[in-house]
Amino acid sequence: MRAFTTLTGVAAPLPMANVDTDKIIPSRFLKTIERTGLGRHLFDGLRYTPQGEERPDFVLNQPAYRSAEILIAHENFGCGSSREHAPWALLDFGIRCVIAPDFADIFYNNCFKNGILPIRLPRAVCDALMEDAALGGNARITIDLPRQVVIRPDGEEIAFDIEAMRKHLLVEGLDDIGQTLQRAPAIDRFEHRRTVEQSWFPSVSAAF
Amino acid sequence: MAAPRTLFDKVWDAHVVDRFDDGTAVLYIDRHLVHEVTSPQAFEGLRAAGRPVRRPDATLAVADHNVPTEARDRPIAEPQSALQVATLERNVAAFGVPYIPLTSEAQGIVHVVGPEQGASLPGMTIVCGDSHTSTHGALGALAFGIGTSEVEHVLATQTLLQKPAKNMLVQVDGRLGVGVTAKDVMLEIIRTIGTAGGNGHVIEFAGEVIRDLDMAGRMTICNMSIEAGARAGMVAPDETTFAFVRGRRFAPKGEDFDRAVAWWRTLASDEGAQYDRVVRLRGEDIRPNVTWGTSPEDVIAIDGVVPDPAAETDPARAAGLQRMLDYMDLHAGQRIDSVPVDVVFIGSCTNSRLEDLRAAARIVEGRHVASGVRALVVPGSGIVRRMAEEEGLDRIFLDAGFEWREAGCSMCLGMNEDKLRPGQRCASTSNRNFEGRQGPGGRTHLCSPPMAAAAAVLGRLGDVRELARVREEAV
Ligand code: SF4
Repeated sequence: MRAFTTLTGVAAPLPMANVDTDKIIPSRFLKTIERTGLGRHLFDGLRYTPQGEERPDFVLNQPAYRSAEILIAHENFGCGSSREHAPWALLDFGIRCVIAPDFADIFYNNCFKNGILPIRLPRAVCDALMEDAALGGNARITIDLPRQVVIRPDGEEIAFDIEAMRKHLLVEGLDDIGQTLQRAPAIDRFEHRRTVEQSWFPSVSAAF
Repeated sequence: MAAPRTLFDKVWDAHVVDRFDDGTAVLYIDRHLVHEVTSPQAFEGLRAAGRPVRRPDATLAVADHNVPTEARDRPIAEPQSALQVATLERNVAAFGVPYIPLTSEAQGIVHVVGPEQGASLPGMTIVCGDSHTSTHGALGALAFGIGTSEVEHVLATQTLLQKPAKNMLVQVDGRLGVGVTAKDVMLEIIRTIGTAGGNGHVIEFAGEVIRDLDMAGRMTICNMSIEAGARAGMVAPDETTFAFVRGRRFAPKGEDFDRAVAWWRTLASDEGAQYDRVVRLRGEDIRPNVTWGTSPEDVIAIDGVVPDPAAETDPARAAGLQRMLDYMDLHAGQRIDSVPVDVVFIGSCTNSRLEDLRAAARIVEGRHVASGVRALVVPGSGIVRRMAEEEGLDRIFLDAGFEWREAGCSMCLGMNEDKLRPGQRCASTSNRNFEGRQGPGGRTHLCSPPMAAAAAVLGRLGDVRELARVREEAV
């Protein structure tokens, strides 16, 4: 996983609440067996007409935001399905940070697994950042993860919260599986205790 | 004395393997269900790192999202769907994971299959790369959806890194009226707390109404916990649960079953256990519900009217409402029971169990689907399909003009051929009414199986209680 330390880039404003994962990447694009290539279909229904032409009024189709790396939205971003295709599509487009008042749990979690930083900030702060973002390419926003601040174009710093463990993994670009496997002896002990204390515990056999 | 604990606390505590300094737990996972859409990249990751599946015997795979719901004897026509199913088959063979093939009667929607096979049991931790894994919480399990990276994590380690959730209690007291189902209860709950209301929480559903529900109804409720934003939904295991589990294929047998039940009985929340949030509803207040918008919280009773954006004070919210009305082709103040439908879909992991099909068939029996309406029944599994046929439900549906399909996710998300066409309006027993969910440009109204059946017969959204009343007068 790519590490995330600081990022300075263009932010795209998406003033919508409850942006669901079907909006981020519709189910018909989930038939891939790869992680990449989904950026073209990010926000497909909002971005293209049914005939496949770009809708000029959609933010990511506007010249200033075609290379956006930050997305700012309203409440409950990423609600709906658990599809990791949603963060994959954002990442493939180039988005590495999403700022919103709050996120749906699974989406929030999935972001971290892919080097995307989701930042929770109060609605009023999101609205202020959205005004910055509306200035387009001239207004670059900086995210400083080690210091846990968002820096507005005028230099004002806004602090944000993040769990220490998540921050550590993201800043170091660490893979959780490696981290967990260091605890393998504890997992072995748990499984051993289970076979002794709950020997009734059934397994699944292979015959169908 | 130890502090009183909730059902969630107890199942959680029983599965903590280890803890990191910041409180993140290494949580043991008892059952991992796998389907074709969210697993290919996870198996690829294992392959790249040279890691095996730690516990194939705790894992069960089935294809459901992409599969055709007719002509099962022929190869899958759509090349990408065929590739995803073939990839799953290749992966389960390579990693030794138990798999239910498309040709097996046991095949079906993963969240119907798990409980049906007794692979999902009370007190377990159960995960799947699918948000509606919350369904299995009806058994008193801690069951939640995960992303593909976590699927890989569970395959490799049989654990997940997790922070404990907050506890929410949703208590539904009293009794339900005639024609009011578990689906109506859950739509009411989502209307009440909103689609973000459960964020960060595990919801425990309790109260007389929940106790009185059969397992199918409890599964409907827990299934849509995710639509309320919750990580999971749970119902404390009781006699209804034990009776459901007994004798199922992978459930413990004989003395083992008794020992299991003895443990399961200890899981109910303790007297005085603390919840971070409590919500109370009365069963008597709940009417048959239907959604009007493109978020599952946009719920109104069937005798209600479509809301007016002009009544909103927050301009962003008003704009959102207007956008939904435009998408749904509805206008403020319109009676919802005047809205004609083109398609009726009875199926999905929310409402495709035998009990759901029976409830729909009772409304349909002796009636006919309105002209111009396409109506489908897609059973949740091959076993549900066979049991329904043994009771003659297929005849009732077919005689009424419904299509009777093979098991799968089907028009719940339109990844196979079963999709809405742009502009089509559907009364659906599924769980999501998002824009384009059932096909690009499609319009979805969520409702219960009897309400969907009523819509098929009436050719519009309508009150199932009227049809039921007509029937009672006739006899
Ligand atoms: S039936 Fe629908 S909600 Fe359920 S698992 Fe399938 S696609 Fe998901």
